[in-house]
Amino acid sequence: MLKIIDLHAKVEGEDIEILKGINLEIGKGEVHAVMGPNGSGKSTLAKVVAGHPAYEVTSGQILFDGEDVLEMEPEERALAGLFLAFQYPVEVPGVSNAMLIRQSVNNVRKARGQEEFDPLEFEDYIADKLKLVEMDNKFLDRSVNAGFSGGEKKRNEILQLAAMEPRLSLLDETDSGLDIDALRIVSEGINSLRGTENSFMVVTHYQRILNYIKPDFVHVLMGGRIVKSGGSELALELENQGYDWLVKETFVNGEAK
Amino acid sequence: MSRLTEAEAVETAASRKYKYGFTTNIEYEEFPRGLNEDIVREISRRKDEPEWLLEFRLKAYRQWCEMEEPEWPNLHYTKPDYNNIVYYSSPKEKPKLNSLDEVDPDILDTYNKLGIPLEEQKMLANVAVDAVFDSVSVATTFKAKLAEAGVIFCSISEAVKEYPELVKQYMGSVIPANDNYFAALNSAVFSDGSFCFVPKGVKCPMELSTYFRINNPDSGQFERTLIIAEEGAEVSYLEGCTAPMFDTNQLHAAVVELVALDDANIKYSTVQNWYPGDENGKGGIYNFVTKRGICKGERSKISWTQVETGSAITWKYPSVILKGDYSTGEFYSVALTNDFQQADTGTKMIHLGKNTRSTIISKGISAGKSQNSYRGLVKIGKKAHGSRNYSVCDSMLIGSECGAHTFPFIESGNSTSSVEHEATTSKIGEDQIFYLQQRGLDEEEAISLIINGFCKEVFKELPLEFAVEATKLLSIKLEGSVG
Ligand SMILES: Nc1ncnc2c1ncn2[C@@H]1O[C@H](COP(=O)(O)OP(=O)(O)O)[C@@H](O)[C@H]1O
Ligand SMILES: [Mg+2]
Repeated sequence: MLKIIDLHAKVEGEDIEILKGINLEIGKGEVHAVMGPNGSGKSTLAKVVAGHPAYEVTSGQILFDGEDVLEMEPEERALAGLFLAFQYPVEVPGVSNAMLIRQSVNNVRKARGQEEFDPLEFEDYIADKLKLVEMDNKFLDRSVNAGFSGGEKKRNEILQLAAMEPRLSLLDETDSGLDIDALRIVSEGINSLRGTENSFMVVTHYQRILNYIKPDFVHVLMGGRIVKSGGSELALELENQGYDWLVKETFVNGEAK
Repeated sequence: MSRLTEAEAVETAASRKYKYGFTTNIEYEEFPRGLNEDIVREISRRKDEPEWLLEFRLKAYRQWCEMEEPEWPNLHYTKPDYNNIVYYSSPKEKPKLNSLDEVDPDILDTYNKLGIPLEEQKMLANVAVDAVFDSVSVATTFKAKLAEAGVIFCSISEAVKEYPELVKQYMGSVIPANDNYFAALNSAVFSDGSFCFVPKGVKCPMELSTYFRINNPDSGQFERTLIIAEEGAEVSYLEGCTAPMFDTNQLHAAVVELVALDDANIKYSTVQNWYPGDENGKGGIYNFVTKRGICKGERSKISWTQVETGSAITWKYPSVILKGDYSTGEFYSVALTNDFQQADTGTKMIHLGKNTRSTIISKGISAGKSQNSYRGLVKIGKKAHGSRNYSVCDSMLIGSECGAHTFPFIESGNSTSSVEHEATTSKIGEDQIFYLQQRGLDEEEAISLIINGFCKEVFKELPLEFAVEATKLLSIKLEGSVG
C-alpha cells in the first residue's frame, strides 16, 4: 500500500538533511510502529509522506497504491486516503469543528464519487464517530482545537480520522500527553477502525500504546535512517534497554552518523 | 479556436479577481469639469433645488475652500486634482423615478450583471433597493409596500422635494458641513443618495439597501444618505458598491448620517467593493467617507457593520455619538487590503449619556504590499457615568510585505466607567494551511475557512445573504496571496 524507497529529505531552502535514506513498506491491513529517540526524524517522515511544504525531497520515492505521492498536492494525498494525525494539532480559531469535518468528509465523498452529505445526514454520520472516541456533541461547536487540552486535541484527531475513513493513517505520537483512560479510548477507537483494508503507521517513543494497538512490525528510526526492524517483541526490548545498545550496534562500523 | 492574446489573458485574470470591472456605455448629460461657486449653483439648478439647499451648499463650499486636506492618516497618495473632476454625472435619459420601464435598459442590464435585478419580481423578496448610478438614483423598489407601513424610502433628491421639512431638520445635524475636509466637499456638491424615515413605533418590514455604482471615469461620486428612526422604530440598511476598472483614480466622498430617537434601533451594514486598482497599484477608487450616527434618545442603538474590501485608499470612521442615557453603539469591521491598497479605518465612540455602552470589533487582513491601519477613539464624557466600552482589534498578515497598524485612542472623563481594549496580530501560517489541506481542503478552501473563522464575529452581524456574499468576496480577493 505504501512504499518508501531510499527517501532523502531536507529542510526546504536550507542545507539540513533530516531523512537520510528511508526504506519502508507497509502492506494492506498492517500496523507498523516507528520508534526512536527525540529528534530522530519520525515527525519529519510522517510530514514528508503527507506533503508538508517545509521539507524538500532530494531523492527517493514514495508510492501509495503504486502512485507517485510526490507528484500530488497534500489535499490530493488526503483525498486518496492518506491521513496524518498530527503530533501538534493546529488551532483554527473561529472555525467550528463541525464546519471543518463536514467539509473534509464531503470532499472525501466527492473524490469517491459519492453524494455530499446535507447537514442532517452529516449530523447522523458524525454522531456515531463521536461515540467511538467518547466525545461530547459540544466539541462539534467549538473552534478547531482552540483552547482544547492536549488530550482533547489528540482525541479530536482520531475523530477526524474516523470521519474521513482513510486507508492509511499515520499517527504521530498520538499517545503522548494522554492519561491512561484517554489512551484506552483512543486505542480502542483506532482498533475498531483496523481491518483488512486499513493500514497504520504508529509513531511513538513509548511502548505503552503498543500494549493496546499491537503492531505487526516495529522499526527504529535514528539519525534519519531505519536502523532496525523487527516484530512486536522489538518494542519491548527497547522499553527495557533504551536506545543505547542500538546506538552502539549501528555506529560500530561507522555506517550511520 | 484562437488563443487568447496576452492582453486578453491579463484582462481575464484581472476580471476574475474583480468581476465588476466592466463599463456601461451610455450617454451623459454635459457638465463642465472643475469646482467653483458657479458649479455648485449649477448642480443645485439641475436638481431643481429650493433656495435653502443652495445656501447650504454654498456655505459648505466656502468652508471647504478654507480647509486643508488631512495629512494625519497613515495613507500615502497623490492628492486628487479637485479642479479636474466632473462633479455631476447623470445619464442623459433621465428616468422618471416611479417607473422602471423608463430606466435606460443599459443601466437595468448593468444592475442585472451586478446581481441586483431591479425588477421587483426578480429580487430578494425581503430587500428594497435604491440604485444610484453615478450621480443619480435610477430606481427605488418596493416603495409602495414600504409606504403601507409608513416607511419612507427614496432618493435624497426626491426627499428634498417631497419631505423638505424632514430633510431640513436633520441634514447636517449629525455631521456639520465643516466637520472635515471631505464632509465639506460632499456638502457642497453631493449629488444623490438615499433617504429613509421610519416613524414612531414602526419596525421596517424589509431590509433596505442602496447600491452605488460609479461608471463615469471622470466623475466623482458624492452621495449623501440620511436615515431617521423615530421613537421605538427599527430599521436594517445595507449599502453595496462597485465600479469599473479604470487606470485613473476616482474620488468617492460620501456622507452618511443616522439619527435614532428613544428606543430606536438602526443597523447599518456596508459591503464596500469599489475597484481597488490593479496589482501594480494603478487606478482604483479613493474612498473618503464620513459616517456618523447619533443615539439621540434613551435606550437607542446604532450598529455599524462594514466589510471593506475595495478601493485604492480607504479613509473611513463610522462613529456613534451616545447622547441618550442607556444607549448603545456598535462597530463591527472587516477591512481587507491586498496588492497596493491602503486602508485607514476604525471608529469613534463618543459617550455622553449615562450608562452608555459601546462595542468595537475590528478585524484587519493585510496581504500583498498593502497597509492596513485601525484608528479608533473611545471618549467617555465627564457626565457619562457608568459607561462601558469593549474593544477588540485583531490583525492578520498574509505574507511578509504588508503592514498592520493600530492607533487606539482612549479618553476617559470619569472614574465610574470602564474601557477595555484587546489587540492581537497573527499570521496565516503554512502550518495552518497544511493542516487543513491534510484534511482534504485545497489551498483556497483552507484560506477561505481560516479567514472566515477570523471574521466570524463580524460576519454574524450581516444579513444572511450578504454574509455568504462577503465570505466569497474575501476569498476571491485573497486568491493567490498565500504561498
Ligand atoms: N522545519 C525544520 N527546520 C529545521 N529543522 C527541523 C525542521 N523540522 C525538523 N527539524 C529537525 O530535524 C530533526 C528531526 O525532527 P523531528 O522529525 O521532529 O523528530 P522526531 O519527531 O523524531 O522527534 C530535529 O533535529 C529537528 O530539530
Ligand atoms: Mg515528533
